[in-house]
Amino acid sequence: MNIPGSIATLLIGIAVTIVSLWYGQNHGLMPVAASTDAPLVDGLFDIMMTIGTGLFLLVQGALVYSFFKFRREPGDDTDGPYIEGNIPLEILWTSIPAVIVLGIAVYSFEIYNSMGGLDPMDHSVAHHSQPTHEMAKMPGAAIAGTLTDTTIDPVSAPLEPAAIPESIPGTTSAPQEMTIQAAGLQYAWIFTYPDSGVVAGELHVPVGTRIKLAISANDVLHAFWVPEYRVKQDAIPGTPTELAFTPSRTGEYPVICAELCGPYHGAMKTKVIAETPADFNAWIASQKVASAAGLEDAIALTAAEKPVDQFLAPFVAPLGVDAATLQQLHSAHHPSAS
Amino acid sequence: MQSSAIDTTTIVTSHHEAAAHGHHAHPDHRIFGIIVFLVAEAMIFMGLFIAYLTFRAVAPVWPPAGTPELELLLPGVNTIILISSSFVIHNADTAIKKDDVKGMRLWFAITAAIGAVFLAGQLYEYFHLEFGLKTNLFASTFYVLTGFHGLHVFFGVMLMLGVLWRSRKPGHYSSTSHFGIEAAEIYWHFVDVIWIILFILLYLLK
Amino acid sequence: MTQLLQDEAAKTPPAPPIQEKKREWLKYFSFSTDHKVIGIQYLVTSFFFYFVGGFLATLIRTELATPEVDFVSRETYNGLFTVHATVMIFLWIVPAATGAFGNYLIPLLVGARDMAFPKLNAVAFWMIPPGGILLLSSFFVGAPGAGWTSYPPLSLVYNKPGEMIWILSLLILGTSSILGAVNFLVTILKMRAPGMTLNKMPLFCWAMLATSALILISTPVLAGALILLSFDLVIGTAFFNPTGGGNPVVYQHMFWFYSHPAVYIMVLPVFGLISEILPVHSRKPIFGYKAIAYSSFAISFLGLIVWAHHMFTSGTPPWLRMFFMINTMIIAVPTGIKVFGWLATIWGGKLRLNSAMLFAMGFLSMFVIGGISGVMLAAVPFDIHVHDTYFVVAHLHYVLFGGSVFGIYAGTYHWFPKMTGRMVNETLGRIHFVLTLIGFNLAFLPMHKLGLEGMNRRIAEYDPKFTALNLICTIGTYILAVSTFPFIFNVIWSVFKGAKASSNPWGGLTFEWQTTSPPPVENFEIDPVLEIGPYEYGTEEAVKIIKAGPFLALEAAAAQG
Ligand code: HEA
Ligand code: HEA
Ligand code: CUA
Ligand SMILES: [Cu+2]
Repeated sequence: MNIPGSIATLLIGIAVTIVSLWYGQNHGLMPVAASTDAPLVDGLFDIMMTIGTGLFLLVQGALVYSFFKFRREPGDDTDGPYIEGNIPLEILWTSIPAVIVLGIAVYSFEIYNSMGGLDPMDHSVAHHSQPTHEMAKMPGAAIAGTLTDTTIDPVSAPLEPAAIPESIPGTTSAPQEMTIQAAGLQYAWIFTYPDSGVVAGELHVPVGTRIKLAISANDVLHAFWVPEYRVKQDAIPGTPTELAFTPSRTGEYPVICAELCGPYHGAMKTKVIAETPADFNAWIASQKVASAAGLEDAIALTAAEKPVDQFLAPFVAPLGVDAATLQQLHSAHHPSAS
Repeated sequence: MQSSAIDTTTIVTSHHEAAAHGHHAHPDHRIFGIIVFLVAEAMIFMGLFIAYLTFRAVAPVWPPAGTPELELLLPGVNTIILISSSFVIHNADTAIKKDDVKGMRLWFAITAAIGAVFLAGQLYEYFHLEFGLKTNLFASTFYVLTGFHGLHVFFGVMLMLGVLWRSRKPGHYSSTSHFGIEAAEIYWHFVDVIWIILFILLYLLK
Repeated sequence: MTQLLQDEAAKTPPAPPIQEKKREWLKYFSFSTDHKVIGIQYLVTSFFFYFVGGFLATLIRTELATPEVDFVSRETYNGLFTVHATVMIFLWIVPAATGAFGNYLIPLLVGARDMAFPKLNAVAFWMIPPGGILLLSSFFVGAPGAGWTSYPPLSLVYNKPGEMIWILSLLILGTSSILGAVNFLVTILKMRAPGMTLNKMPLFCWAMLATSALILISTPVLAGALILLSFDLVIGTAFFNPTGGGNPVVYQHMFWFYSHPAVYIMVLPVFGLISEILPVHSRKPIFGYKAIAYSSFAISFLGLIVWAHHMFTSGTPPWLRMFFMINTMIIAVPTGIKVFGWLATIWGGKLRLNSAMLFAMGFLSMFVIGGISGVMLAAVPFDIHVHDTYFVVAHLHYVLFGGSVFGIYAGTYHWFPKMTGRMVNETLGRIHFVLTLIGFNLAFLPMHKLGLEGMNRRIAEYDPKFTALNLICTIGTYILAVSTFPFIFNVIWSVFKGAKASSNPWGGLTFEWQTTSPPPVENFEIDPVLEIGPYEYGTEEAVKIIKAGPFLALEAAAAQG
């Protein structure tokens, strides 16, 4: 068999290419892109979708064509042609996938890099009480939210509508970077804002600020996922991990726990609320007032000494769970404890 | 079935000829099988070793603070005993290849005894250690690794006793038929090699 | 000429019932050491467990028909998918692909009278039913609910008795699989007929060689992980428990060191089956024998160094993620070699579109979809978005169902005449194929979109905006369930009432077609010698061999009538 070179093949090739290119851009499979990373991931996906569609059409086309074209004539008992192989053809279909795959790998690498995945990690996170043992202690995904070109100030980037950098806490502007602690526990997330001491069950973030989540887990594995941000990171008990992203659109998006953590895993959901810096600061201020009275409880530094249900009690209202349910959850899950 | 309708003579004769060349001795693949199986065994240990090394690498201090020093003398002697047994058991193989069943029995008995001494030493060590299975991560891995290896030593001793038992029947083993002996020997060498790695990892690598 | 044989076979009157035949079925319940009996024992047992696993899947999908938790409790739901996956993997695909076809075919294909260690073989089989029943019995004490991956610390605190049963049952099944692998390796390497060099082996043997090596290297590591896990669970050590200083991520590494290769353990034998089936029904030689043979080993080798692609969000260091990403993607190359080789085999052939061939082509079509989504998953930035979502669930069912299950169906139809001496009903087979193809795509195609849009896996309740797509998945599942009925009926009916099969109904060239259907107890009365390569279709010799009838077991053929 020679590599077919007829006009028909050429036309089919062009058609496949056009369809793939079109579908790769218009699959409409991804949710809203609400962080600065999301368009990068979507770009990668679009390219893979284009290549995937092309391969799909090629293989399925060949199959369907053979199905109709090469079916045995009734009564024809002879064998087909004796063709054992064709070295040039085999080299071709070994090298083309190799090239494609290396291309995708390099591109993914680039994307990952520009998302900050390979940046030397900033170890300012409060958690590191243990001596760092380099390789093994390396925290998880630090997917930083800045665009490829780090010289562009993320705050003044065009994505961001209303931020005039003043970066003094308490004013109406957003800081460039903000660390928030996220603790996963069965079955809720607790977000702590170290600068202001605010504790909340929902994640409020100012648009345009690079958010660094310092993620921990209290009991079993959980995973922090915001589909609209295209970022995900496991929360691992005993090992702090971190995740960085930059929200680029205001709005409410789901925060989903993506790692099986027990029967109520599916119910472990909350929201990320991306606001303009002004709204965000207003929210922080209101939270400070609201929690001023019960702040000591809320910070729950004494968590270790309290059973989970008591420890959780201050968050019951913000999480929308009532105390009875909590008690029930807790005892259902730790029969020995009740 | 419908062979009458078809001309088969040429093919059939060629096959009969081939058969006549004698393909009827059934070669014994059991030793090869044992070796293949030991690859799997080696991989269990490999998995456990690597788990140990990972725990070690990840932990900030290793062994975890408060782990008592391991005594080296007894396990050291034990190691020498076990390694020497590999040479002893090889004599059994040489003996049986000369049809010397008595010699084989002697060497097997000695090896089994050495194995028993090793196990006794191991148990003695267990009883005199200052940490228990649950003391800390090092202690747990220590017990699981040495225990799992000990189980293999025990099984090896059983194999040898089995061979000794069977060899009472005259003619059961001979220079041409001694699968059990060879298998036990290969297995014993395997157990030895594992111990050497284990000894280096647990006792020497600090 | 093959048609001719078939017609004649149909005309020959059925063999007079021999007295022995009455109690022959009993041997299938005995500790038989005949590899053919063992192969069929494996096949029937694993099909039984497939229906159990499929039944559990039907319950899962029924729960997911609506966004609320209304059909089973959340606890039960977690038990359902955990046991569903464990049954499907360890009691269906692995025993069916390696156990059933490996045992039935390997000795026949290499021209041996049995496996190297027949007793060991029987022992390996008889570990499966107790292991399986043990696993299912966990529903009585609270099924394990930590997923088939059983990550600690959840697996250490949730439904402990069920979890322990899960561990025990996996240890039993793993041991069985290792013993089987030893047997296959020795048989293939040492017991081939004279003239059959490695490069003249049927491709299924190559696939089983690569699979067995993989089993031998990876399964013990799972055993190691499970031993440590059970210590944590029962005795309270802290290997994987952070509260005692342990590290749960070490478990993940050990688990995936086995379980990634396990996916190739489940698909490589099926690649082998496909490589046997396509040339026979296309009446053309396999295209690029050596490339297909060696690529199995390339896949095996690469399969051992990609495991952490399941752990891109587990805090794996970034440079390691890149390493595993590239390795993973490279697997597309050897797999592509196979896929294109198969396509070229079909191309220009004279396709006999019977049930076996349809399922083989269906395999190709569906597996490629799963393979492409696999390569997407390997891209770290993208995987971080879709990890632990229905996109992964879609991928895994496209490769495991669209791949392995389609292939096993193809193999079952293809060797049914050899195994039973009867033909299947082709019409029912085609109905089965069409229903399966439709049901399968309805059930799993929408899952890609679900995952991308934000539906995570292992949940009994979901955001109502996903209702419509989930409903389609559920309907697809019901069609899939129904699709098995024509198959079950067809097989049972054909065993007793099917048209008698000739020794070589498809005109195949490998040894099993040169002996009677079913083959006599020791397979061959004449020791086979390789006369012709396994795929020399379109040559004079091939016609001669096929015409010769069951010349390796003439007496048995004569006795049968
Ligand atoms: C039979 C089983 C099987 C097979 C064969 C595969 C094959 C592959 N799998 Fe899959 N996989 C699973 C079973 C399988 N997988 C399961 C069960 C899980 C989930 C486990 C769990 O979490 O529960 C999983 C999960 C899984 C993940 C983790 C997802 C996550 O949890 O985040 C990844 C990531 O890299 C992955 C990748 C791949 C790749 C790259 C291949 C490749 O081998 C595919 C290669 C094939 C092709 C590419 C198609 C043919 C080739 C061509 C037509 C040539 C041209 C192609 C290109 C140039 C792209 N798989
Ligand atoms: C080989 C492997 C295999 C196979 C064949 C299947 C087959 C199917 N699977 Fe499975 N599945 C997995 C392996 C497999 N699965 C794995 C590894 C997971 C991950 C688990 C985890 O997260 O831990 C998973 C998870 C999984 C989920 C996700 C659960 C979750 O994350 O919450 C779902 C949901 O739809 C699902 C559905 C199905 C369906 C509908 C089928 C159908 O194809 C089944 C069709 C078959 C039938 C319907 C049987 C037909 C017969 C009858 C019904 C007759 C009745 C019975 C008798 C006569 C005895 N599977
Ligand atoms: Cu927390 Cu799932
Ligand atoms: Cu994998």
